[in-house]
Amino acid sequence: MPVFANRKFPGKLIIVEGIDGSGKSTQLSLLSHWLRSRGFGVVFSEWNSSPLVKDTTRRGKKKDMFTPTTFSLIHATDFADRTERQILPPLRAGSIVCADRYAFTAFARDVARGVSRRWVRNLYRFAIRPTLAFYFRVPLDVALGRILGGREALKYYEAGMDLHLSRDVEESFRLFQGRIIDEYEAMVDEFGFQVVDATLSIEEQQTQIRDIVERELNLKETTGLLKSPWRGANGNGQHPAHVL
Amino acid sequence: MATDNTPLTFYNEPLPGVDASGLAGKLIVIEGPDGVGRSTQITLLRTWLEHSGHAVMDTGMARSALVGKGIKRAKQGNTLGSVTMSLFYATDFADRLENEILPALRAGFVVLTDRYVFSSIARASARGADPAWIRQVLGFALRPHAVYYLRAGVQDLLPRVVYGRGGFDYWESGMDVMLGKDLYESFTRYQGRVIRSLDSMAQRYGFEIIDASRSPEQVFQNLKRRIAKLLRVKKRARPPAPGGRIAARRRPATKEAAPERAPRLAAHG
Repeated sequence: MPVFANRKFPGKLIIVEGIDGSGKSTQLSLLSHWLRSRGFGVVFSEWNSSPLVKDTTRRGKKKDMFTPTTFSLIHATDFADRTERQILPPLRAGSIVCADRYAFTAFARDVARGVSRRWVRNLYRFAIRPTLAFYFRVPLDVALGRILGGREALKYYEAGMDLHLSRDVEESFRLFQGRIIDEYEAMVDEFGFQVVDATLSIEEQQTQIRDIVERELNLKETTGLLKSPWRGANGNGQHPAHVL
Repeated sequence: MATDNTPLTFYNEPLPGVDASGLAGKLIVIEGPDGVGRSTQITLLRTWLEHSGHAVMDTGMARSALVGKGIKRAKQGNTLGSVTMSLFYATDFADRLENEILPALRAGFVVLTDRYVFSSIARASARGADPAWIRQVLGFALRPHAVYYLRAGVQDLLPRVVYGRGGFDYWESGMDVMLGKDLYESFTRYQGRVIRSLDSMAQRYGFEIIDASRSPEQVFQNLKRRIAKLLRVKKRARPPAPGGRIAARRRPATKEAAPERAPRLAAHG
């Protein structure tokens, strides 16, 4: 049985995966700017951002209300809302959709929490199969260094403290993220990830990614992709009001 | 269906990190379409069971501490999609199962649940979801001791909805999937689908079918008779002795896994 809904759309779905601190968000942001500068409309969808669901998730996290099952289900609910409203309609319209984290995040994290692989793969069967999936491979120590350097503290669920692997937050994070990496690595072949060496410089990674996108999406010749109406308006293809 | 002497088991996947052994209580499900009178019966049953000396807990959809409010808020808007709704309710069910139903069963309560995963499967199917998908999502449900299906046709539901509730509800009419030109038309088609779906599950999951086109009193007597048999409730009411009855009724947990008797919610793969 196929894991994802096999439907054909004129649009393209590009997703990035990797553990926290792998640099995937930076790379996706650079990629989307480049795509916009080429005149394509780009829609962005972030993990855990559904307006209908995210307040519930935030409250549950704050009060430590989640079990592995409800944690998995609420994230799938959030993902379903984004699929139904943010991802699927623009793909049908011919847009390029960039997603920061996708169902694979759940496959890795939820399984690291003890949820069954088969169950969580079925849970996301409604998801659209991505055109391109980039996996940012990074050693644990590098990721940890980036995270601890960037902000003050590790969060409870992010460090897997709910699993009681260790009382020490940093040690718990290390053990939990180690499990997540194992799951990601096992998915490289299962889902055909494009693996990016996330220890390379930002520029080197971005060059590789653009080459792959150029080649795989055949940007020069693909027809049916939605062009940005503000093409050339300010040189970067974005609506003037939405410049980041 | 679990019988008196076997421990409760999950349909497909066990809940990760949850020990479901030694559940001394009884899990009783009241199923049926919208407006069939489930909540009326649960109120009557609860009072009767408590008078008979049982500790009773009742639960129903969208009542979880985790997502109950979130679901209600989402239903006020006009953007809740079918898959999102199914999963929101699945989250609600999981939270109630882990934090209300299982602890109550562990403590020996009679748990009365207003609807169960069967309604969730029926609703999702009525909205076009793949039944195999939602069955597997909800495969962590416990097999109840009994499922009483209050069965009625759409025509029986109409007077209760129109006069009893003052009109058709947007979601109970499936207006989100636009099955008809107006609330009435959509309601009859949507509830028709839900009823057909519940009917199709009756044999597979061992529903006890109760004719709910009869009066509430007749339905109550019917349910009472069946539940009394299930619980072997003493005829004469007596005040509950704190802890006494529950402790006395507790069975030692059996270590052996329950043999496969009822079908799973979904086949593998």
